[in-house]
Amino acid sequence: MNATILPIRTPAETALAERFATERARLPGAAAVRAAAFARFEKTGLPSRRVESWHYTDLRSLMRELAPAAGEAAVPAALPEFEGLGHRLVLVNGRAGAGPLPAGVTVEPLATALAAGRVALGAAMGAAEDTIVDLNTALAREGLAIRIARGAEAALHLAFVTVAETAVSVASRIVVEVEPGAALTLVETHTGPDGLACQQNIVVELALGAGARVEHVRVNESGDAALALSTLAATLAAGSALASLNVSTGGAVSRHQVFVTYAGEGATLSLRGATMIKGRQHCDNTLVVDHAVPHGESRELFRTVIDDEAQGVFQGKIIVRPDAQKTDGQMASNALLLGDEAGMANKPELEIFADDVVCAHGATCGALDENQLFYLMARGLPKPEAEALLVEAFVAEALDQVRHEGIRAALTAKIGAFMRGRAR
Amino acid sequence: MLKINNLHVEIDGKKILNGLTLHVKPGEVAAIMGPNGSGKSTLSYVVAGKEDYTVTDGEILLDGVNILEMEPNERAAAGLFLAFQYPLEIPGVATMTFLKAAMNAQRKSRGEGELSPGDFMKAVREAAKALGIDPDMLKRPLNVGFSGGEKKRMEILQMALLRPKMAILDETDSGLDIDALRIVAEGVNAQRDPRHGFLVITHYQRLLDHIVPDTVHVMAKGRIVKSGGPEIALELEKHGYAEYVGEAA
Repeated sequence: MNATILPIRTPAETALAERFATERARLPGAAAVRAAAFARFEKTGLPSRRVESWHYTDLRSLMRELAPAAGEAAVPAALPEFEGLGHRLVLVNGRAGAGPLPAGVTVEPLATALAAGRVALGAAMGAAEDTIVDLNTALAREGLAIRIARGAEAALHLAFVTVAETAVSVASRIVVEVEPGAALTLVETHTGPDGLACQQNIVVELALGAGARVEHVRVNESGDAALALSTLAATLAAGSALASLNVSTGGAVSRHQVFVTYAGEGATLSLRGATMIKGRQHCDNTLVVDHAVPHGESRELFRTVIDDEAQGVFQGKIIVRPDAQKTDGQMASNALLLGDEAGMANKPELEIFADDVVCAHGATCGALDENQLFYLMARGLPKPEAEALLVEAFVAEALDQVRHEGIRAALTAKIGAFMRGRAR
Repeated sequence: MLKINNLHVEIDGKKILNGLTLHVKPGEVAAIMGPNGSGKSTLSYVVAGKEDYTVTDGEILLDGVNILEMEPNERAAAGLFLAFQYPLEIPGVATMTFLKAAMNAQRKSRGEGELSPGDFMKAVREAAKALGIDPDMLKRPLNVGFSGGEKKRMEILQMALLRPKMAILDETDSGLDIDALRIVAEGVNAQRDPRHGFLVITHYQRLLDHIVPDTVHVMAKGRIVKSGGPEIALELEKHGYAEYVGEAA
């Protein structure tokens, strides 16, 4: 080891080092990959606001302690459901149960797949580096390896649920390979107990083969005191298409990261977000879209509704590398501030090294339009109803590309529930 | 029906209405004409309950009840309707969704049950047909991408569905070609009866060829400076507003 080891300062960092030391011998897969990931983490520690990509979400101070690792628990009776979405796999505290699977889908425990060398951790990260992904790479024991066979079409619901009496931490890893020409609808839901400062660090790796299509929806309804960290890392082969939507209403502190690398020409990407937060919630959507090859298309649309004194963060970076000519990238982040103390940090970034590209970004932040409100009220709608109608319309645009009707209906209902839950 | 007495209104400390008094009886179509900047639109907004204005004196009575303390939606439920000069575009809200929400909100405030989907569809379809509104337009987001004429027709459609006791039409003729003007006027005329009142605000006389008023009031510098019959409109068309602007100054 020639890395300079800084003194580890916080109790959480100390506990993470202890956990890695205890666990490392029992972790499946290539030990060198895990050790390298942990070494990168040790070099920097948990990211503080001095780290640019974490400036608005100071993890070092938000996570002073490490909660004990979650144990096994029974599958709870009530779980999120989507009408018409057949196959559900439940992951209790990161541990996957078995379930019937759609045709063309194979699922095995992450440990088995790693031990057999069928998957490798971090393959979908591309050039991106990130501390919480490193931590997950170093420590994740539980998870799944999922493969969608060439040409198959499947829909799968991964229901992550935290079951605990006291605060626990969960690190889980899902590695998905979508073979050429296959199509996958993948829904992740995250739920957990209110009032417990549980810590989740979930990483989903998604490798799309040539011409593969994936519609991914993540729904964060973590408990109201939870720290919910999650990452989607995807690589897009030629002609593949990924649409990913993050719907976030839960957690005390949530950060969802998306890293996408274009590995083949003519791939298309649509990233969307619908965030509705209140109270003192903090929700961060951070994207890095790396156009490494020509003729890639990316669309980002993020809508954030912030009530009370909640804080929203959007960081969207589009990189267009010198070879990535004819890239077409459009990014928009719009925030609606309902509360007087509500806040939003919008940080779009374009790093363009090619000269024949079309890239644009737009970020807005504001209150509801008084004139629109007046118009609706003048037609007889009481203020709360008029506000709800405008907020629903604002968020709905981020949901309208969801093709699965049962999912879209369930997500739309969540906007209504959020507005009805406002305490005024 | 509508009684505005000695109304004084300011915005940002600037006086816009200076003791305006105007009464509209049930069954009456009253027209207000006036030059730009005379306060016509302010009057319509204040009656409908827009927040930006400060009423420093006077009262607005609808059927004897002072509505100044009411929210805009309460005024609507009490039977007041404003057809906007510039109807707002509401992206993401389908016109049908909006119409249903508005009709049901008003029914609810009157203690009536919600309309059945069948009755609602029938009412909208009939009213839209009478106004020459393409049913496809009703599926689009409210007023988004509509032409000026389409927006005005949509206002009259809402008026037809909500059937207010007292309707104020704020420069409904602006931006309309002659065919659209005729359709809109017919929509208003179809609703004239002894129980409903109308206040038609306009800059030009031509709308009043199609909606023939019972009374015409000239407004200048925030007050009514002359009242009479339809002949006043013709006079104004000939001589313009110069006389009144000078007089009130």
